[in-house]
Amino acid sequence: MLTDAPRIVTRRIEHEDSHTLERYLATGGYDGLRKALSMTPEQVQEEVNAASLLGRGGAGFPAGRKWSMLRKAETTYLVVNGDESEPATFKDHLLIERDPHQIVEGTIITAYAIGAAQAFIFCRGEFALGLERLTQAVNEAYSHGALGAGIFGSGFSLDLIVHPGAGAYICGEETALLESLEGKRGFPRIKPPYFPAVIGLYGEPTVVNNVETMSNIPWIVLNGGAAFAALGQGTSTGTRMFALSGHVERPGWYELEMSKTTFRDLIYDPSLGGGVRYGRELKAIIPGGVSSPWFFPEHLDMGLDQDAVGKAGSMLGSGSIVVMDETTCAVRAAWRISRFFHRESCGQCTPCREGAGWIDKIMRRLEDGLGREEDIDLLLDACDNISPGLSWPPRQTTICVLGPSIPPSIVSGIHRFRDEFLLHVKEGGCPMPPDEVRHA
Amino acid sequence: MPDTTATTTTTTTTATPDTPEAPAKPETLAITLNGREVTAQPGELIIEAAERHGVFIPRFCYHPRMKPVGMCRMCLVEVSSPRGPSLQPACFVSVADGQEIETESPAARKAQEGVLEFLLVNHPLDCPVCDKGGECPLQDQAMSHGPGESRFIEEKRHWAKPIVLGPLTLLDRERCIQCARCTRFAEEIAGEPLIDFFSRGDAIEVATFPEKPFDSYFAGNTIQICPVGALTSVPYRFKSRPWDLEQVESTCTFCAVGCRVAVQSSAGKVVRFLGIDSGPVNQSWLCDRGRYGFEAVNARERLGQPLCRKDGELVPVSWNEALADVGRGIREAVSSQGPASVGIIGGARLPNEGQYAWSKLARAVIGTDNVDAQLGDGLPAELVVSLPQATIDEACHSKYVVVLAGDLREELPILHLRLRTAAAHHGLLVVDCSPVPTALAEVAAAVVPAKPGESAASVPDLVGSGGPLEGVDGSDVVVVLGRPSVSESADSVAAAAAAFVRALPGVRFLPALRRANVRGALDMGLAPGMLPGRVTLEAGRSWYESQWGSMPASAGLDTRAMLEAAAAGTMRVLVLLGADPLCDFPDRDLATRALERIPFLVAIGTLPTASAQLADVVLPAAGPTERGGTTTNIEGRVTHLAQKVVPPGVARQDWVIASEIAEQLGLDLGFDHLEGIWEEIEEVVPSHFGATVEAVYGPAGADGVVLPVSGVGLSLLPPGADPRRRLDPVATPGIDSVITQGAPMFAGFAEVPSGQVAESVAIEEAWAGVEPPALSADSVRTSGSSAPRPAPATFDPDRWPVPGAPVPDSYGFRLVARRFLYDQGALVQASPSLGKLAPRQRLHLRRKELQQLGIEDGGKVRVRSARGELIVPVELDESVPGGVAVLGFNLEPVDEPGLASIIDADEVAQTVRIETVED
Amino acid sequence: MGRLSAENRQRAEAIVAVYPERRSALVPLCHLAQAQDGYLTEEAMEDIAKLCGVSPAEVRGTASFYDMLHTEPVGRYVFAICTNIACMLAGAYDVLGHAEERLGIHSGQTTPDGMFTIEEAECLAGCDRAVCVQVNHRFFGPVDEEGFDRLVEDLSAGRLDGTVPPHGVLNRVHRAVGLPARQPVSATISRNPQSAGAPPAGALAESAPSGDAVAKATPEQNPRKEKEGEAG
Ligand SMILES: Cc1cc2nc3c(=O)[nH]c(=O)nc-3n(C[C@H](O)[C@H](O)[C@H](O)COP(=O)(O)O)c2cc1C
Ligand code: SF4
Ligand code: FES
Repeated sequence: MLTDAPRIVTRRIEHEDSHTLERYLATGGYDGLRKALSMTPEQVQEEVNAASLLGRGGAGFPAGRKWSMLRKAETTYLVVNGDESEPATFKDHLLIERDPHQIVEGTIITAYAIGAAQAFIFCRGEFALGLERLTQAVNEAYSHGALGAGIFGSGFSLDLIVHPGAGAYICGEETALLESLEGKRGFPRIKPPYFPAVIGLYGEPTVVNNVETMSNIPWIVLNGGAAFAALGQGTSTGTRMFALSGHVERPGWYELEMSKTTFRDLIYDPSLGGGVRYGRELKAIIPGGVSSPWFFPEHLDMGLDQDAVGKAGSMLGSGSIVVMDETTCAVRAAWRISRFFHRESCGQCTPCREGAGWIDKIMRRLEDGLGREEDIDLLLDACDNISPGLSWPPRQTTICVLGPSIPPSIVSGIHRFRDEFLLHVKEGGCPMPPDEVRHA
Repeated sequence: MPDTTATTTTTTTTATPDTPEAPAKPETLAITLNGREVTAQPGELIIEAAERHGVFIPRFCYHPRMKPVGMCRMCLVEVSSPRGPSLQPACFVSVADGQEIETESPAARKAQEGVLEFLLVNHPLDCPVCDKGGECPLQDQAMSHGPGESRFIEEKRHWAKPIVLGPLTLLDRERCIQCARCTRFAEEIAGEPLIDFFSRGDAIEVATFPEKPFDSYFAGNTIQICPVGALTSVPYRFKSRPWDLEQVESTCTFCAVGCRVAVQSSAGKVVRFLGIDSGPVNQSWLCDRGRYGFEAVNARERLGQPLCRKDGELVPVSWNEALADVGRGIREAVSSQGPASVGIIGGARLPNEGQYAWSKLARAVIGTDNVDAQLGDGLPAELVVSLPQATIDEACHSKYVVVLAGDLREELPILHLRLRTAAAHHGLLVVDCSPVPTALAEVAAAVVPAKPGESAASVPDLVGSGGPLEGVDGSDVVVVLGRPSVSESADSVAAAAAAFVRALPGVRFLPALRRANVRGALDMGLAPGMLPGRVTLEAGRSWYESQWGSMPASAGLDTRAMLEAAAAGTMRVLVLLGADPLCDFPDRDLATRALERIPFLVAIGTLPTASAQLADVVLPAAGPTERGGTTTNIEGRVTHLAQKVVPPGVARQDWVIASEIAEQLGLDLGFDHLEGIWEEIEEVVPSHFGATVEAVYGPAGADGVVLPVSGVGLSLLPPGADPRRRLDPVATPGIDSVITQGAPMFAGFAEVPSGQVAESVAIEEAWAGVEPPALSADSVRTSGSSAPRPAPATFDPDRWPVPGAPVPDSYGFRLVARRFLYDQGALVQASPSLGKLAPRQRLHLRRKELQQLGIEDGGKVRVRSARGELIVPVELDESVPGGVAVLGFNLEPVDEPGLASIIDADEVAQTVRIETVED
Repeated sequence: MGRLSAENRQRAEAIVAVYPERRSALVPLCHLAQAQDGYLTEEAMEDIAKLCGVSPAEVRGTASFYDMLHTEPVGRYVFAICTNIACMLAGAYDVLGHAEERLGIHSGQTTPDGMFTIEEAECLAGCDRAVCVQVNHRFFGPVDEEGFDRLVEDLSAGRLDGTVPPHGVLNRVHRAVGLPARQPVSATISRNPQSAGAPPAGALAESAPSGDAVAKATPEQNPRKEKEGEAG
């Protein structure tokens, strides 16, 4: 069911000049900040708590709670995660290019709420235009008095740095991001400590929040946490951006009320996904980025709800949904995902570094028709050595959760389509039709 | 979040007013290890706690002397938590009270096997041709903790075979398992991040910056700690297989830090040194000079046969003939011009026993006090032996360390490493006040360069108002005191020590003297006016007369005075005891004149040095690894030297040579074996009382005995304790796998039946309550003497006045003659690997001076002093203070004009003029 | 070039100055050096090492972790062709294969004339425009075989000079606050001065170059707009 929930983070986007200060101001820009500055930081936190805003970066941790876990210290940092690199995720990219001021405003409000005097927006390096627009927005915010010393005449001052990434998926992981921001290679930090809120950037307590999370803050402050919480249901409140791609007629981003909309709505509604392309049958869905276990047609009527998806053994993750139709080769899809993790493993810990490469090689062999039947169980066991028990949520032998992100697609593929794997072995090659170039 | 360091439920101790010492935290925690209840210390890592209880957890990246990083994941064990057991890296997670740890549960085993299998995914199976084969932690742990068979059939990663990382370090990238031990060592411990991970994921390789080789003095440590055969050394590569090696534990004698080493030999030849983890000294590290210096022992030019000059030529002769010659020479000198016409220079590299024998020979047999182990480049013996002494540990754990010495990285590398680690990671505040900032300046809290020759004058700046030591408690300060420049006299350094003592009561010192056993030499009286036991000739005269018989009438000459006397023709015999004045004395002209003029020159040593070439008799001596005995390091710590190989030809131990010369002179030194000499030392030498043969020569004394012995400090083992040194087999691969002789070492906690390994506190505990041996004169067996034992010299600040003002800087620049680890000295040059690493002479100046003089970086200049001149290229060096010019000591081959021809080490400061020259 | 030019050095110092710790400027400075030379020269890495207080080996080691930073020369135009799941499903491997054939090089290689490099990219966050291709990090998509040929032709003819600066030039808008005077990075690039779409020095409110065809196209292309239109 499509709801008439308001669009919160994408409401300005259709305007050609949505990224400019003029347009932003003309559409209520920086009002949230002005309002926040008239409140105490605690009151702002209270509103965000009331909104029960779940982080939009993938882990879905409540933003308000994260802020309240900050260790008391003289210096506190805020880092906004705009490294969006999870395959098939492209919502932050859009927000960065099309509404950078909204991110900047959310960042300033959050910094005010948590008492940070220095904030960073870590923007994926490949977003050249996004970097330019964000930098421009920051420059404009300074000249508008929304950044710098004594913001809007208040006693609150903030410096904001737009920091470019340089091409490494792992830097989306918050501790790797902090390492990268410190000028090092993006090796995730070993836990404990579990949260940057305790030891973060330069060893100081740090909040790391996603770009979309930040984009929601101005609206929440302006309209109240309760208004946000009234949308969606359970813990999945508000609206959320979903990035739809793969074999659908209308790939794109859709901001939808959480929980109330189903996978079926998203994929088949003519105003949304418009159905599986060429009217084909649905084979599988990747529900929350390539780290998530796959869903199948029987899951279609599930709501886009964090808890429900979690209970069903997968995750809503980064809100990216990949649709695979009946012509898709499960081995090839799983192989391509394992190849991604192989290329992106940071190389710090053994199971991930070597496991990803090995699994990629075995999968490639299978897809190329050089596989052996025992490879299938070998794959499962290698996966088990990265993520013991292959359970959900995953356990891990690795430092960070990139490692345990490798198994889900392989395990999903093998569990559901073992016969297809076997067919590759028996036929000495891929029995499925080749990928199709979709002519635009 | 669940907190793994959760507070305990078992203790209720809180500090109350009447028990102020009551610990706020529990002293020990209770954990369950593989079902067994054991104790652990708060903050202890699981891997360490398990180890103490005899449970070995496999590991690769973990090294006990570096910060844990938990990245190889080999040490995964099951640890209980409120949410059930989870796999945790034992090297990274600390124990918590009540924790249950399973290191061998099915889940832990599977994880360990899984990690091992993953590690082998890209590791070539070239063990048969790999240097590490047979002593490889990967190989060993693949056997003990691996899956047993490989399921990997794909193509492995391929890279070009060994690439050169540095002058002595090769890397086989295919074998690397990305544990980052080497890169972490370079960054964290050495502070020289010249190697780093390159690339990402399974393409990671260790690499240098192009054309910036890994030329760290500490590079060899990365080879030692590499858990596979990825890093290999040029000197050891393909030299031997572990099963052909034998080893003993000994002490490195290439400098005065005295690092503990495993000396390994194959077919009677020393092939490798590995650092042993001696907690108070080297903590497993070695510098490359120590690590590879053994090449000098194997040098082809080693002396193996006595030589006598006949018809102007040195020709091989028998020991009998050579000794008879020496005896005749000395007898003639003594009878014609008295014993004071005989002088002995050198001896700093001899073991204590040899030094004692020579000291006794000189005083009691020949009757001369002309003995000096230092070559005019050290510190006054009386100063060194009387200064309040600190150990290296005490320096590292003190609040402040003042460095008033040469660059420790060049002179005492492992002392540098210890201090650097303490400063970089443990909050030690280093005040670098050497005339030219040293390598420690980078981590120093303050850098206050003293003006060359005016060290004493800089003390008020340090302790005065605004200085880095203003208002500091002297007991928080350790001064590392050495000779910052060979071209300035020791007087101002001595005066600086006096100034420190006055300004900072309670301050202690660590003498920064370089030559291996120079401290032992001073303790053994190889210095004019000093007798064994840190006593002056005057104070000890009657005691030693009662012990040894006769004593010289008055204090003798130091090296400079002996050389001057020789040059003036008033000296008749000079004995060079492993010394090479032509190369090492800071005034080459004087040394040359002296050695050419002296009527009878005896050279005793291991190599045909330039000085030995001039000798009338050359006696071949045993070198490092070829002799037993003991050595004393800068702390006054006596450790045992083990003999591993036999000397070349008919070369003999130094003490034997001394005894035989005594015999030629008609007297018996009374020695027939090494331990016997030590027994006599312990009996006779006041400072050494209590350091029994058992304590010093025995396996329990592996970390040595710091003199003077203060009682229970002796590491004598309690009855029944295992005397073997426990080693972490993965921290130092290559020690475990080798046949051990002499002082026993072993590795591998797994093989120890659980429960048998005592807690680490066992030694102290066992000795708690044992009375220290009484330090009274009566307990000494004094051959029936009634003379009182002399008291060791005490430090008297007034004894060390500030020297007269240095000459005005009419020449423009104060010269600093600094030392480099690798120079043209005979020992370095006899090691093929090290010899070629000696830098070329350069005059270091900062930019401003270069510009003022109108010289290009790299251009040539003439350096002119009152004594001579030298033409050298200049090098831009912004670390050099204004008005100062820096040259390296002993960088020119001995047959070329060098720094030693233009300096005078007796000047308070040396000034030079710098002029441009046309090429 | 090699060493950082005087202007870039100034800019580099300004960048270092903004961060609480020097080393944090390492990646931004690498981008700066790449904007100057198209890749990271050894000389530039040595300069960066000094500016960031680390060793050159650490600069090179750190830079090599990141896909966008090149320690070897690359082409003037670097194609990043995404073959990750969404693009693969849309035929990305065919496009990649075609690109390799058309340019006569394999992915990871550069054409002998130094014009083009092909890289097989991981997801570029443009999955709704699969097959997604970036040229010097400017987005194009969807791109099929013909689309790729057109891109090559347009780039060769200089028709995209305003949109696609030479490789290495990333963010042409510079932090206006806390910097004494801003110099456009691309002004220092000698290879193609015309392509400098950089803002004039000193101007604060200049807008970002709107050269990105795809980004401009986004609103029209996005189905959501139609829906919004319907919803009024
Ligand atoms: C391998 C990996 C990649 C990640 N990539 C991103 C990313 O690209 N963007 C993001 O916002 N969060 C990413 N995350 C999640 C972050 O670690 C972190 O949870 C998030 O930025 C917190 O923001 P939020 O609480 O607002 O969601 C990633 C996590 C992992 C383990
Ligand atoms: S070379 Fe050796 S020590 Fe260095 S990372 Fe590789 S395996 Fe470890
Ligand atoms: S990438 Fe996370 S541990 Fe390897």
